Amino acid sequence: MATTLSKRSTTLTPSASDLPERRRPPLASLKRMTPFYLMILPGLLFFLLFKYVPMLGVVIAFQNYNPFQGFQGSEWVGLQHFRELFQERDFLVLLRNTLWLNLLDLLLFFPIPIVLAVMLGELRSRRMSALIQTVMYAPHFLSWVVIVGVTFVLFSAQSGGVNQLLQAAGLPRLEVLTDPAAFRWVWLLQNIWQGSGWSAILFLAALASINPTLYEASRIDGAGRLRQIWHISLPGLKQLIVILFILRLGHFMDLGFEHILLLQNPLNMSTSDVFDTFVYRKGIVRGDFSYTTAVGLFKSLVGLLLVVMSNKLAARSGQEGVI
Amino acid sequence: MNSRIGQDRRDRLPDIAVYVLLIFGLAAVLLPLFYILGTSFAPEKEYLTRGFFLLPKQWSLEGYRYLLGNPGFLSAVSHAAEITVIGTAINMLLTTLMAYGLSKKQLKGRSVVNGMVLFTLLFSGGTIPTYLVVKGLGLVNSYWALWLTSAIAPFHLIVMRGFFQAVPAELEEAARMDGSGEWRLLWSVIVPLSLPAIATFTLFYAVQHWNTYFAAILYINDSSRWPLQVFLRQMLIEDDTNVGRSLAETVHYTPAAKMAAIVLTALPLLAVFPFLQKYFNKGVLLGSIKG
Repeated sequence: MATTLSKRSTTLTPSASDLPERRRPPLASLKRMTPFYLMILPGLLFFLLFKYVPMLGVVIAFQNYNPFQGFQGSEWVGLQHFRELFQERDFLVLLRNTLWLNLLDLLLFFPIPIVLAVMLGELRSRRMSALIQTVMYAPHFLSWVVIVGVTFVLFSAQSGGVNQLLQAAGLPRLEVLTDPAAFRWVWLLQNIWQGSGWSAILFLAALASINPTLYEASRIDGAGRLRQIWHISLPGLKQLIVILFILRLGHFMDLGFEHILLLQNPLNMSTSDVFDTFVYRKGIVRGDFSYTTAVGLFKSLVGLLLVVMSNKLAARSGQEGVI
Repeated sequence: MNSRIGQDRRDRLPDIAVYVLLIFGLAAVLLPLFYILGTSFAPEKEYLTRGFFLLPKQWSLEGYRYLLGNPGFLSAVSHAAEITVIGTAINMLLTTLMAYGLSKKQLKGRSVVNGMVLFTLLFSGGTIPTYLVVKGLGLVNSYWALWLTSAIAPFHLIVMRGFFQAVPAELEEAARMDGSGEWRLLWSVIVPLSLPAIATFTLFYAVQHWNTYFAAILYINDSSRWPLQVFLRQMLIEDDTNVGRSLAETVHYTPAAKMAAIVLTALPLLAVFPFLQKYFNKGVLLGSIKG
């Protein structure tokens, strides 16, 4: 996640070791660099084996892959699986659910860490701010199993604590775990609970790097705090917001698979089924490798396309992009 | 902020709004945590009659006693510990070495490797092809499947590379003059200088292993070797799906035992991270954004 991923800063002064390089023969330089190549090697093997070989493995999306015949022996079927996917009734359900969850996430979750960071920045007591941050980070360290599990305990139909409270107050029970309409909101609220504090870290760091004299000057000019937020804090965060928004769009198709899988049950399938859970169910559980690889490839390509497009848009509006 | 000492009446309203909202946020985070803690110490009878409470009227260690005598829980914890300790060691070794190597600007082919790393953030082969690679290597049912498929988090690698690039070259030169080899230099100069970054990423990787759920049900078929989160799922989430269902699910745990399991397995992390907070709060992460 960086403006600089490809555009490295070159502010470091050239070290003494750079200088003799030009004079030495290339072989000596290679020998001198050998330790660094050896250091990179294990990591490089990891990327090749577990990231790039699977990228080649997507060829089975164009085959009827049979584990016993392997990549070479399996029958080629061209785009058949993609045609099948676009004709499938489930496809529209998956697409609709993905759009819904992204919409909720972008509109109702994305702004919260920004607001939280700005509010923490406005606190007069640094100590108080640090204390609140510590508390707000805590949920990030809990697993989805725990978060979903506690929700189950609180809302279970018979003995759930919340439903007991509601019943005592003469209110109807909440069936949030099995109600398809409730799934999206449970998912969203759990995301907000778990991630708001943690996602505020980057915004807090960016706020801290804003020149404090800007605030002093505006104070002398008679600006109140709301004006300071509007004219100094938010513009100072603008670039970071754009970058994170682009990266978020790149994950349009990745909605936190583990989280959704844990919340999913046969009763809320109509709203909770997304591309990843579909791939898991049909691919791993039922063994339809080729078809689900095609679904996964479709998903990855849409994600890549969205990053590239939003990056271009950002560049056009005068913002620095990611790639 | 110290620089904003001046106050006037216009500021009072925003101040109050900020405090009200932050207190609301704090309560939203803390209530479930206190509920977990309170229920873990409550006798079952009280839970059934009161339902939702933060402090039990009667304190009981029933849940904890039951759990610590449960062989399934203990073995799930020890599996998770094994996965976390070895997995994190592999993560840190590979990430540190690769990040340090890639921080050397004179290295030929460096930009190609950097590009390869970046591309994996944007595109992936997907679940099934990765699963087939693991299967092809004969790693299904082995913890190596968990360790190797997550050996380096590309984002952590990129951040750490930026961190190493910021180490002043003069320091390295001085050590080279003393005749240190590159490996020794990395170990005895660079690593000690980078302890904040190393501590931060050790924590991040360890949390990821400790909390891993999906990778475990994907790659480990043998239910006797399932780690903690799979066990917790069986304890906490009773439903009718077949995913990850086994004998353990037919056992009904008391609410106190369920909550005690969360307290025992999540508390260590919640107790450790505040001490590292000053490192990941600033610097380490922003370095990658601002470059």
